[in-house]
Amino acid sequence: MLKTSPFHSRTAPLMQANQWRRWAGYNVASSYEMTHDREYLALRNATALIDVSPLCKYKITGQDALAFLNRLVTRDVSKCSIGGMLYTPWCNSQGKIIDDGTIAHLSENTYRLTSAEPNLRWLEDSASGLRVHIEDVSEELGSLALQGPKSRELLMTLTDAPLGSLKYYGYLNTTIADVPVMISRTGYTGDLGYEIWVSADKSSTERVWDAITTAGKSFALQPAGIWALDVARIEAGLIMLDVDYTPANKAMADLQTSTPLELGLNWAISWNKGNFIGRKALLAEKQQGSSISLVGLELDHAEFERQHHQLGLPVPYPFTAWRSVIPLYVNGEQVGYTTSGTWSPTLKKYIILGHVKPQHAVLGSVVTIDLELDRYRRPFNAKVSKLPFFNPARKKDTL
Amino acid sequence: MNNHHYDVIVIGGGHNGLVNAAYLAKAGKRVLVLERRHVVGGATITEEIYPGFKYLIGSYLISLLRPEVIQELELMKHGLEIMPLESTFVPLLDGNYLADWPDHDATKHEIARHSKRDAEAYDEYSRTMRRLALALRPLLDMIPPDPSSVTPNDLATMAKVANVFDQLRKDDFYLLARLMTMSAGDFLDEWFECTPLKGTKATSGIIGTFMGPRTPGTGYVLLHHYLGDVDGVFRAWGLARGGTGALSQAIASAARQAGAEILVNSPVAHVIVKDSVAVGVALENGDEYFADIIVSNADAKRTFLKLVEPQHLPSEFLHDVKRFRITSPACKVNLALDGLPKFTSLPKGKEALLRGSIEIAPSIDYLERAYDDAKYGGWSRKPFMDALIPSMLDPAMAPPGKHIMSLFVEYASSDLEGGWNEEKKAEFLDVVIDTLAEYAPNLKNIILHKHIMTPWDLENTFGLTSGHIFHGEFALQQLFFLRPSPQWSNYRTPVSNLYMCGSSTHPGGCITGAPGRNAAMAILEDCK
Repeated sequence: MLKTSPFHSRTAPLMQANQWRRWAGYNVASSYEMTHDREYLALRNATALIDVSPLCKYKITGQDALAFLNRLVTRDVSKCSIGGMLYTPWCNSQGKIIDDGTIAHLSENTYRLTSAEPNLRWLEDSASGLRVHIEDVSEELGSLALQGPKSRELLMTLTDAPLGSLKYYGYLNTTIADVPVMISRTGYTGDLGYEIWVSADKSSTERVWDAITTAGKSFALQPAGIWALDVARIEAGLIMLDVDYTPANKAMADLQTSTPLELGLNWAISWNKGNFIGRKALLAEKQQGSSISLVGLELDHAEFERQHHQLGLPVPYPFTAWRSVIPLYVNGEQVGYTTSGTWSPTLKKYIILGHVKPQHAVLGSVVTIDLELDRYRRPFNAKVSKLPFFNPARKKDTL
Repeated sequence: MNNHHYDVIVIGGGHNGLVNAAYLAKAGKRVLVLERRHVVGGATITEEIYPGFKYLIGSYLISLLRPEVIQELELMKHGLEIMPLESTFVPLLDGNYLADWPDHDATKHEIARHSKRDAEAYDEYSRTMRRLALALRPLLDMIPPDPSSVTPNDLATMAKVANVFDQLRKDDFYLLARLMTMSAGDFLDEWFECTPLKGTKATSGIIGTFMGPRTPGTGYVLLHHYLGDVDGVFRAWGLARGGTGALSQAIASAARQAGAEILVNSPVAHVIVKDSVAVGVALENGDEYFADIIVSNADAKRTFLKLVEPQHLPSEFLHDVKRFRITSPACKVNLALDGLPKFTSLPKGKEALLRGSIEIAPSIDYLERAYDDAKYGGWSRKPFMDALIPSMLDPAMAPPGKHIMSLFVEYASSDLEGGWNEEKKAEFLDVVIDTLAEYAPNLKNIILHKHIMTPWDLENTFGLTSGHIFHGEFALQQLFFLRPSPQWSNYRTPVSNLYMCGSSTHPGGCITGAPGRNAAMAILEDCK
């Protein structure tokens, strides 16, 4: 049997279409309604509530906690003060990415790391010789993502905490309906949004869920599933484990692995913080250049439409994000591949995450992708464009 | 009758002999298979020893059967059906249990009950073993080269071997080198902390071998049992509908359809050798059959110490064959049951676990102790068992509502002090049932009939020297180009026109069909 999230008693009654999916051994909603359209729209125009409890969470304590984390991840954790969080990938010693997640600096010598996959073993192995204690707290914490332009206003009706001044990747501790919570200005949508971390016991999770959804009635709040989230994260240019990259410890062959440099995470590598796992290999890659680079691609939608019309067909819009590897060509030669794509209702563009050889990764480069036109496959142009595709000012603003 | 001349005579209708015959017949050879028993299959057989109950008195599961053999001999067309076993259940005496389900998340939750760290390590362990298996599998289908030789053939094969290792990730290569030389127990200690998990995983390292989980070399045996698949699912083991005997019947049918003749009740007394060339065989009843090529499916010791007269063999080779390690620890028990055994530790709602493997292997220490007991010509006071209730998957194996239980049991030495006899058999059978009944207390009340094949019976029934199910130990010094003897690992023998196609040759035991197929390739190469 799959496990259920600590919010299951509240999410299950909302489910209209029996569209559950599996996430890290848990049942979560793909969408609660028959389609995820309204859930996505709420996310970008009002606010959406997403149960992200299956995330793996580790509490790291001890006098070497910082030294340990700085050895583990590519970013400089010493820059993260108490009350702050950061996003970072981590790698094996070949510089191949194992996972990515966030680190919250909770108190002196205490941090919390989140990851997509269980990492306890890797963390323990990487901590040898250091005075740290690593505890898997995945099942002790529930987490909700409250995302979208109205998320702040909504939360401010529930707490007096200074949310207006809470910065992007900051967090604060407060209560919602008398339940202690941590609210962080984080999310997987590239929008204004928060994540609410609460003890996983039923009374806490139910009270927090109820308070948010009740207040949400004034803000067109919509509980949302993974389908809505998936469209938003592609718009935000955020990579997903198992989709846009294969974790190094899962790869059957080296060809399946990726490095942070290949995934456009150069900004998340702190070269000057001292040694960290994979630094040597990544430095070599930085000097020699990567063999492939993550890019955003915009499909030539006008041509896609024209060709459909020519055949007398309506244009299909992929409202549900796809996760397929489709080869990308330049002059008949394969130069890369895709890993995700979707129609962006907000941008009115067909957007794709691709991986291409560096000479084709410059903005404005054009590659060819074969897409299905009913029963045919036809080549279409896709242009390399800036990531994130969607990056509203409200993502980082403060009041 | 006496002047029949064939292109090829295969001595022994075990599964490899049948595979060999089928391939050679398909290549246009006139092939005769001579089987000493009344039925083909050798130890790959299903027998109704107790009316209505089909016993698996020899082999019991299929995994390593080469997909090429299934495809090329079209075994599905000849009636083969394989049903994958989905789970492993390890009952424990403290009321707890460990289970391996077909689903990744389900297994993870089970293991996490014992150790969160192991639940993660298990994923990585499985992936690592899968990568090693994927890389090594091509070796199974190779005619082993002689690394000391520089003939174009050997050099070309050595290049293929090098390529196999080249395919491995660097870290996997180093791991492989270590795994090959260490014990299964030490290897598992590096991965896991949970005692029953290590116990059940270690069983792959000792099945069929007279070594304990702490004996160096069992690491390879462990890996060997990962080399198989059912429909591309690695490490999967399946039950043939109708038992393993149904597989032998399917191969025999393919062989017959290709034109091979199969004679049962025809025990071969010796190979007729003229001027160092094998020319035919003489049966125990005096009949003689002649052929251009003689292939022996019997093990190396039986072939060269019993069927061929020593004056035809080089002393060095005879020495190799004599020292070939073949002492066996494996027994097979079949029980006819009036109902299902009730395992105390099996939680309500998880009865589906009875459809899979049931392993009495609570810890590595338990297995090592079982080995210790048997090491000096004895048997385990608490034996290791790999049990299965085939009637849960194939109801035709037992009358409605009844069941059969197949138990692979170790260790009981083929060199039992004072020798095996009927009393000792009964005594050891009681040890097995007493041990199992500790986990499933209702067992003794539901047994309708019980049957044991000790190494002594396996030898007497199937002609396996010492009853060794692999035709010789899976020890590093007896593998690949050293199996069964250096220079004669390529299915050829010091006697011209005499070949080997049994499990004493590469890649060894288990139902693989590989020695039979590889030998056919070697023979056809020589016929060019």
